[in-house]
Amino acid sequence: MTLTDERRLTQLQWLESEAIHIIREVAAEFERPVLLFSGGKDSVVMLHLATKAFWPAPVPFPVLHVDTGHNFPEVMAFRDATVERLGIRLEVASVQDYIDDGRLRERSDGTRNQLQTQPLLDAITGHKFDAVFGGGRRDEEKARAKERVFSLRDEFGQWDPRNQRPELWNLYNGRHSPGEHVRVFPLSNWTELDVWQYIGAEGIALPELYYAHQREVFERDGMLIAVSDVSQPHEGETVEKRQVRYRTVGDASCTGAVESDAVTVEDVIVEVAATRLTERGATRADDRASEAAMEDRKKEGYF
Amino acid sequence: MRTLLRLATAGSVDDGKSTLVGRLLYDSKSVLADQFDAVERVSRDRGLATADLALLTDGLRSEREQGITIDVAYRYFATAERSFILADCPGHVQYTRNTVTGASTADVVVLLVDVRHGIQEQTRRHLAVASLLRVPHVIVVVNKIDLVDFDEATYDRVSDEVLASARSLGLYDVATIPVSALDGDNVVTRSERTPWYDGPSLLAYLEQLSPVGDPHSEPLRFPVQLVIRPQSAASEEFRDYRGYAGQVASGLVRVGDPVTVQPSGRTSTVVGIDFAGQERPEAFAPQSVTLRLADDIDISRGDLIVTSRSVPPVTQDIDGTIAWLADGSLVPGTKVLLKHGTRTVQAMVKAIGGKLDLDDARLLPAESLGLNDIGHVTLRLAKPIPAEEYLHARGTGAFLLIDAQDGATLAAGMVGDALLDTKAEVEAVGAATVPA
Ligand SMILES: Nc1nc2c(ncn2[C@@H]2O[C@H](COP(=O)(O)OP(=O)(O)OP(=O)(O)O)[C@@H](O)[C@H]2O)c(=O)[nH]1
Ligand SMILES: [Mg+2]
Repeated sequence: MTLTDERRLTQLQWLESEAIHIIREVAAEFERPVLLFSGGKDSVVMLHLATKAFWPAPVPFPVLHVDTGHNFPEVMAFRDATVERLGIRLEVASVQDYIDDGRLRERSDGTRNQLQTQPLLDAITGHKFDAVFGGGRRDEEKARAKERVFSLRDEFGQWDPRNQRPELWNLYNGRHSPGEHVRVFPLSNWTELDVWQYIGAEGIALPELYYAHQREVFERDGMLIAVSDVSQPHEGETVEKRQVRYRTVGDASCTGAVESDAVTVEDVIVEVAATRLTERGATRADDRASEAAMEDRKKEGYF
Repeated sequence: MRTLLRLATAGSVDDGKSTLVGRLLYDSKSVLADQFDAVERVSRDRGLATADLALLTDGLRSEREQGITIDVAYRYFATAERSFILADCPGHVQYTRNTVTGASTADVVVLLVDVRHGIQEQTRRHLAVASLLRVPHVIVVVNKIDLVDFDEATYDRVSDEVLASARSLGLYDVATIPVSALDGDNVVTRSERTPWYDGPSLLAYLEQLSPVGDPHSEPLRFPVQLVIRPQSAASEEFRDYRGYAGQVASGLVRVGDPVTVQPSGRTSTVVGIDFAGQERPEAFAPQSVTLRLADDIDISRGDLIVTSRSVPPVTQDIDGTIAWLADGSLVPGTKVLLKHGTRTVQAMVKAIGGKLDLDDARLLPAESLGLNDIGHVTLRLAKPIPAEEYLHARGTGAFLLIDAQDGATLAAGMVGDALLDTKAEVEAVGAATVPA
């Protein structure tokens, strides 16, 4: 190995370095950034990168959880323990509150991922957040594959995919008019496999449900849904105990688990490298609704 | 160690860029089953007999309605040799700004040409963009070779034509490959239908491309993003901590190195290189780290820490080359913001030095620059910056022009004459390299 080889970054180091650069740019150029934090693996990795970016100073912005009210208890516990450990402020935008006071109506299928947009936009306006970090990755979905790292949103939170700003080199342009904000995606260039390899390399803790465990589930739309307060089997759906894990964490009533024996991070890396289904394809019923479901939601201000 | 290569497609509309990217992903088994099912379903709904692989990247509603690419799609795949980030760019002239976006971070531009039509205005424009941005490698894919019966003579004629145009824009080291993106010939594996072609497949070529340059041989350039001062928020140990956070843009820095801060010109010595609690003996491009200096000098965001052995001069007058990406036009007297590294300053356009004529790669006199024009400008800045020629410093020679009113990004800029080695020079050098 030559000296030059030693001074080439591995792919993970390169991605980490890029993400930290992006996070620091936002902290330096915006007045009121916030980081979307759900306790899901991408947001956990993003928050981990933020702690590295500012060390030894604390993370200089709060986190925001858009809470569907359809949660996995272990994820909520993990969320609270994490903000406690880091001493950062947690803001919560609650879909349940909106349903309770009538600002939002429960959808006929009872799922709530789609209902997050309004509370999210209201929280952004209410707190005057001007930059919002999201853990979205371009490898997740074909509309996300098109989005800039710095994604300008108008005063209605809308994304205009036909009219995105040029984004040149690593010179990010965060200028925006009052009322507008910028969504920032530091993990844009990460794949699901990169995220897991990084979790392994850094020893990052995650909610337990990302690893194989026994759970009561039933099959719906070809997905394994956990039995819980918010997801009960319909007639004809039989409950079974299976060894599963989660690839994503969302609304518990419509996020599918996958059968898995992967109990360690190394096992998960092997499993993800060999999978034949995309993360969202395997686990999100709401994305199957239409070919352009994600694009349409993003245009309205979704993550 | 598996290295990362960033690739962007380019070329005129419909020359087959998205189909090629789809083919590359599909034949390298990087398309997951549900993604492929979705593409097959949409293709079938449109009455196509086989899956349209362009749909793997053309993911927006309007792209699918119109059958064109509008904005860059990023896709990721890896082989045993390499990881790739693919940026599939649009060919349509209206979306040139998006193609410049994709190419600005690329190590390789894969430029497609339809073998039936040969070189088009957009082919030239994209060659000019690749040249201007100093993209380290350019590969020309002569596509749709199936539509000319895999004819060698037609391929030779088109590739000679493209190579000549590339040379006129200062691009000498350019490979050409005959391809059918639709059928997969010479994309991942070599085709038996082009027995006269003895080069590698596109993927094999990309896998063996030498990694890009050696940024560590360049002098240290470190734009300061922010000052880290935990003060009372930190434990006792770090109360007095003061570090300069940034990403090394070029070169290498070691503890003990003498450094100079531009534009102030103050000097100091590096006493610590921190990364999230680890102390490091050195840092190199493109690592994100935090530097500590021996002296408490005034440094803030926007400053550039450089090695004292090679200090770029500061100036308020910039001669630059720009790709104008906005609808309005740029005329002398226009006031804009200029973003260079982590510093943004006001700037005024003093003069337009000319605009690139794509037909013969010559600079023509011009009063203004309009959408998609490439030209020379002279700028006067409100504050001095350490400007370096992009030609020698891809990391610190680049700038953006930004609309001060609405914040729009107006232009990609390069310090110096980035079109230096176009026509005039080529006439001297070129003759020897043109194949008979
Ligand atoms: N016969 C043949 N047709 C091809 C080939 N490559 C692409 N095509 C067809 O050419 C048309 C345009 O292909 P695209 O891949 O969408 O072209 P593009 O360069 O991405 O277009 P823009 O992104 O809009 O500039 C489609 O109908 C393709 O099926 C090829 O190698 N042979
Ligand atoms: Mg295309």
